[in-house]
Amino acid sequence: MTDLLLVAVVLTNFVLLGSSRLAACIRVAAAQGILVGVMPLILYHDAVSVRTALIAAAGITLKGIVFPWLFFRALRDVDVTREVEPFVGYTVSILIGVGAVAGSFWLGSRLVVPRPVPSAFVIPVAFSVIFIGLFLIVSRKTAISQALGYLVMENGIFAFGVSLALEEPFLVELGVLLDVFAATFLMGIMVFHISREFDHIDVGRLASLKDWTTRRYKS
Amino acid sequence: MIRGAALACALLFAPLLIGTINQTKAFFAGRRGPPLLQPYFDLWKLLRKGAVYSRTTTWVFRAGPIVGLAATIGAAALVPLGGLPAALAFEGDLLVAAGLLALARFFTVIAALDTGSAFEGMGASREVQFSALAEPALFLAFAALARATGALSLTEIYGRISVAAWMQSGPSFALVAAALGVVFLTENARIPVDDPNTHLELTMIHEVMVLDHGGPDFGFVQYGAALKMWVLGSLLVGILIPVRSGRWWLDGAAALEGMFWVAVGVGIVESVMARLRLLRVPQMLVGAGALCVLAIVLGMK
Repeated sequence: MTDLLLVAVVLTNFVLLGSSRLAACIRVAAAQGILVGVMPLILYHDAVSVRTALIAAAGITLKGIVFPWLFFRALRDVDVTREVEPFVGYTVSILIGVGAVAGSFWLGSRLVVPRPVPSAFVIPVAFSVIFIGLFLIVSRKTAISQALGYLVMENGIFAFGVSLALEEPFLVELGVLLDVFAATFLMGIMVFHISREFDHIDVGRLASLKDWTTRRYKS
Repeated sequence: MIRGAALACALLFAPLLIGTINQTKAFFAGRRGPPLLQPYFDLWKLLRKGAVYSRTTTWVFRAGPIVGLAATIGAAALVPLGGLPAALAFEGDLLVAAGLLALARFFTVIAALDTGSAFEGMGASREVQFSALAEPALFLAFAALARATGALSLTEIYGRISVAAWMQSGPSFALVAAALGVVFLTENARIPVDDPNTHLELTMIHEVMVLDHGGPDFGFVQYGAALKMWVLGSLLVGILIPVRSGRWWLDGAAALEGMFWVAVGVGIVESVMARLRLLRVPQMLVGAGALCVLAIVLGMK
């Protein structure tokens, strides 16, 4: 059961890497958030306490419902449906994703864990989600996709924390989730303002300093 | 005696797969469709026709269908049908089977190029491009299976995929089956990679390579295509139907029913999906390869 969950998480990674439709990417990231949120319940299925259930519920609600809602609202304001061609093409992205999974499995085998983990795969899969989230931030051109990459990275950090450090103080976990919530909310507002000012959210073009005053002098 | 059963099933029932696919598509379209045994009638008709050979072609053109069919029959002799063992089995025969399929494809491609027509050249180029991506996926799938079952011969590998093996490495087998499904659709030129019914330049890949063959040559090409579909289908069925009771008639019946459902599945996929944009097919194949890598990594506990 744990293995199936982890395989599903890695598959959502690959779908995120290969998909160009922004709405589909947001839904897949939401599905990944729900899978990661369910992870505390499945990893510790023999010792489910109120705390575990609360963390799982908070994770599922925030990652599965609130964050996608914020993203769809930003998407509607900006009126962009498809990703512009990213810096790294989709096929190469999938190959790099495979490399990231292989690298994180190697990394996970080298890591010395202080206490036994429920499954040998959780840490490598968490690492792979973090790496792929980071790769999404770096390689995508649309600002919304970059914000989505940040969200995916946070999914990976949550998964890593759940597998190793479930006994960490509740406040720390809530603090992390609140931080991500605020960041997503602010990113939505920023993307809207970028789009309104520049008429696009292609970050490759944001570096050009030309604006309407310069254009007026071209005859 | 049992060793020949898998090969005999392949040789006898391969055109029935095509008939089943066509019947499924007709059912979805609300038509009556051609009879189930129509491919056999077509083969019989083609074998009795004469052939016309263009003056621009050489012996390569005549050799293409013959070598293709011979290589495919060789591959069919190596691939087991679920629990039924293959006619030939030795260590490393998975490489030989993949190599024989590649030989068949190579001769089809050079026979297409031998005609000197740009149309066939375009089909050959597309076919080779897609198989350059599908072959690694096939080999990675074989590697994942060999790793999961600990054997190096196709008969041994498929003999060990029982229900107990599924309990132990279920996710690996499921990922390999998904990847082999994609490879199956690509190598047999079905939707979403190629439309077997179309004759428009935009969408032809396999059809266009064999456009100039006629008579018995075309019969060999059709039969070879059906046999290739049976070979790749039995690779898929062997994973999906883990019935290994030891009784040959039970395993054989389960595998044949699995092949039937594979054909129905292909017919359903062809009826509900459109062909993918040609740009998307490499991504799909790389995705299949990624699934196999994931299956290998999962097996390395």
